[in-house]
Amino acid sequence: MFKKFIENSRAKSPWIMHFDCGSCNGCDIEVLACLTPLYDVERFGVVNVGNPKHADVLLVTGTVNHRNAKVLRNIYDQMPDPKGVIAIGACGLSGGIFRECYNVLGGIDKVIPVDVYVPGCPAKPEAIIDGVVTALAKFEGLKG
Amino acid sequence: MKTIILIILGIVIAPVLGGLIAGLDRRVTARLQSRFGPPLLQPFYDVAKLFGKDKVVSNFWQVFCSWVYLIAAALSVGLLFAGSDLLLIFFVQAIGAVFLVMGGLSTPSPYSQVGSQRELIQVLTYEPLLILVFASIFMVTGSFRIDEILAYEQPLLIQLPLMFVVLGYALTIKLRKSPFDFSTSHHGHQELVKGMLTEFSGPYLGIIEIGHWYETIFILGICALFWHTSLVGCVLLIASTYFAELIIDNTMARMTWRWMLKYVWSIGLAMSFVNLIWLYAG
Ligand code: SF4
Repeated sequence: MFKKFIENSRAKSPWIMHFDCGSCNGCDIEVLACLTPLYDVERFGVVNVGNPKHADVLLVTGTVNHRNAKVLRNIYDQMPDPKGVIAIGACGLSGGIFRECYNVLGGIDKVIPVDVYVPGCPAKPEAIIDGVVTALAKFEGLKG
Repeated sequence: MKTIILIILGIVIAPVLGGLIAGLDRRVTARLQSRFGPPLLQPFYDVAKLFGKDKVVSNFWQVFCSWVYLIAAALSVGLLFAGSDLLLIFFVQAIGAVFLVMGGLSTPSPYSQVGSQRELIQVLTYEPLLILVFASIFMVTGSFRIDEILAYEQPLLIQLPLMFVVLGYALTIKLRKSPFDFSTSHHGHQELVKGMLTEFSGPYLGIIEIGHWYETIFILGICALFWHTSLVGCVLLIASTYFAELIIDNTMARMTWRWMLKYVWSIGLAMSFVNLIWLYAG
């Protein structure tokens, strides 16, 4: 019974961490908009934490380049399992308008495994919330 | 026999109550910010989720210190329920507070180092005030034992109104609420990530959270001593104190530890002196 409660709780309290991999700030502002009273994701137990060791879901915006790939990898490795990764915006998905720059590697999934892709330039807050909910389905899948 | 039952009752009931208070806290805070807020049981979901995560620790001390913190906090609440000695309870809870700081200091991370040092200063700030409150209770009732204090026929609030405010300071610091939330806080992660708790993760963070619920109940229990004669008055006092706490949390900005030391000690000591002199003259 206790195990079941833990598994249910996983979907009810996703703590998110937001990492900006060199985005234009458009997507970042949309992520933060989710936390404002208008969208109020805290209703679903979402807390914005600044610490990978406490986070369950990693929201990544922007493109990966040669510099920050190491940082992204490091942050991902510091999150304890089970964890989910959401790539946000055209940049996070594929590199977006920056994909042909000489320093850009491409989307987030070039460096770490991504669970959910949220498209848009910038992604809408509704879409981001939807992405987090979809990522929770991964935790539900862990029930097994 | 009765004492043991009371201790066990205290240890079992306190975390449930503490968790509910934490949930209510988050809901009321959300309403004050015109949001809807998480469900009432959210703190329990959070802790249950933390227990389901991987155990990632930097060293053995973190495990040990988080457990000692939980046990000391639980024991102090158990002793409070059993009507034991106030001084004994004070020392037991101080052990918990110090071990939490040691757990934070055991890792080389600068965030947790700075956070722990600040927590140490916070402990140094509220501990003398707490002792003064206990001493003033002794001066009124003539006893440190809670069962004898409960036999006193008048509410302590009548004779110790300023000491209650001083206890309120200790409560605010202990709950890590604004303007005293600089060692670790729910929302202050821009500054120190999570301060002292940065390096704790998964189940050990959950343990600390439960210990924190115990501490909330501990201080609210001490508040309850100030109006022990009627149950309604007691509940009213606790509810209004906690609500005032929430309002303060939501209207104040975070200050520096220097400010806290100066402000809390000067005001706290001044109020204690006024109250004690008044007690003697009256
Ligand atoms: S997807 Fe668009 S809005 Fe988002 S970071 Fe890239 S360029 Fe900016």
